[in-house]
Amino acid sequence: MADIDLAHLCQLAQLALSDAEQHAARADLARIIAMVDQMQSVATDGVEPLAHPLDGRQRLRPDVVTEAVDRARFQRIAPATEDGLYLVPRVVE
Amino acid sequence: MDPFSSVTELSRALANGALSSVEVTRYYLDRIHAHEALNSFITVTEELALSQARAADAARRDGSAGPLSGIPLAHKDIFCTDGVITSCGSRMLENFVAPYDATVVARLRAAGTVLLGKTNMDEFAMGSSNENSHFGPVGNPWDSTRVPGGSSGGSAAAVAAGLTPIATGTDTGGSIRQPAAFCGISGLKPTYGRVSRYGMVAFASSLDQGGVLGRSAADLALLLAHMAGFDPSDSTASEHTDAWLAELPARGLGTPERAPVIGLPREYFDGLRVGGREIDAARAVLERAGCRFREISLPHTAMAIPAYYIIAGAEASTNLSRYDGVRFGYRCPDPQSLDDLYRRSRSTGFGAEVKRRILTGTYALSVGYFDAYYLKAQKLRRLIQQDFLSAFEQVDLILTPTTPDVAFPRGALSDDPVAMYQQDIFTTPVSLAGLPAMSVPCGLVDGLPLGMQLIGPHFGERVLCETAELFQRESDWHQRRPEGFADD
Repeated sequence: MADIDLAHLCQLAQLALSDAEQHAARADLARIIAMVDQMQSVATDGVEPLAHPLDGRQRLRPDVVTEAVDRARFQRIAPATEDGLYLVPRVVE
Repeated sequence: MDPFSSVTELSRALANGALSSVEVTRYYLDRIHAHEALNSFITVTEELALSQARAADAARRDGSAGPLSGIPLAHKDIFCTDGVITSCGSRMLENFVAPYDATVVARLRAAGTVLLGKTNMDEFAMGSSNENSHFGPVGNPWDSTRVPGGSSGGSAAAVAAGLTPIATGTDTGGSIRQPAAFCGISGLKPTYGRVSRYGMVAFASSLDQGGVLGRSAADLALLLAHMAGFDPSDSTASEHTDAWLAELPARGLGTPERAPVIGLPREYFDGLRVGGREIDAARAVLERAGCRFREISLPHTAMAIPAYYIIAGAEASTNLSRYDGVRFGYRCPDPQSLDDLYRRSRSTGFGAEVKRRILTGTYALSVGYFDAYYLKAQKLRRLIQQDFLSAFEQVDLILTPTTPDVAFPRGALSDDPVAMYQQDIFTTPVSLAGLPAMSVPCGLVDGLPLGMQLIGPHFGERVLCETAELFQRESDWHQRRPEGFADD
């Protein structure tokens, strides 16, 4: 059985799980980790990791302005804004 | 009108004036409303569709129309559409209206297509059954008690039921090919980088690829020609160009220059319980058309599922960190602290499978586990890709089953994520290697459709599409229709 520190994982992932969800998550993760542990059966010494399927490199473009930011338009999807700023609920008194 | 018309047939009818785009569009909108029980659409864009149809009819009259002018289609609800909700099947984005079009959407709009609506999908494209949608499950038109596959299940069901002639989808580990197989239609996942990811909500960025689901290989190739191509807005979009694709709308899909040699990987057929006989029959059809077959081996196939679920989970946990309740998306009420805002917004906004994948990815990326899981998975990814590259030194294409079985009953695999993940056993290797592949219907088992997968080398869509079309010219599995969706 894999050693899973669920509380730590939830903290890293910024998720809060109910007791029932925690119970299910532990069981599911144990099964998933047992499944992915099959990977350890194949020797991969000296194999170069593949991060991108075409071994693509990041392209560079000329350093010129191509787009303008339409702040009002982009902020229309925000839950709350004021004077061009994103508003978050007051959480620090 | 035949609801199961191909894009090619509709395009001809529009060009010769037998039908107007407004007529065609109204017809499909009526069908979408009549078959709402299928739940294949999240949003229907009726007014937009009719105004685009009127514009397309005007373009026909003034001679500026192209082959896709006035053709109705549906976009998977993962593609951003300016002014129309893009939910990605999630509560997190249920009210998200993007301020721009995805490149795929913009290009197909510019080609004159008519947007019928946005199709249902597994939340954030994570799933193989379309049971993970915040907007409810989608039915399989062949048997409403069974799943349509996922994650592009809404697109697949809508095409299969004759609610749209064609639809876009995305494929990260099989999300176009598997639902196409389960619904008895054709589905193309292009080479990674062939189609721009700009405006496609990100799941796993090194795997995600936009594609298309439709009635025939010829239709898929025609849509690909209008969707594909370099895009400076996507840093991973390929600069690869080929004259074949540019000329395809004018010349149509041809036949292979020389009869292809097709590999049959033994790892995909050993122990196959369902579909062996149907694929043998398809092979005989292709042999009569001149194709030759050769047994090959892809020795690391069994490692694809574990490597895929680590890589996809890791990339998802990173990509989905942007949903924090601050700038856009669902925000929880009355947060008590900044952490509480993040946690409750994410915990309420995401569904169970999304949380499972985020936790798996977080585990794989966390200190002490990175080398054993994430790096190991990337090394296996290299070996899986090398298997394919070696095989393509001997063969032009590879033929496999698309799925290990036909569509399963709703709920059958819901309690066991690992059993659900095994559904992707034949599709994830292709995704990890970044190859193009198409699922085409090749039989019926107990009245349910079965698909076979043709896999091409990188940027080998030409031989892939032409060979699939060759098969469809000599067979009629792609023309079978589910009962209950005839025009009445």
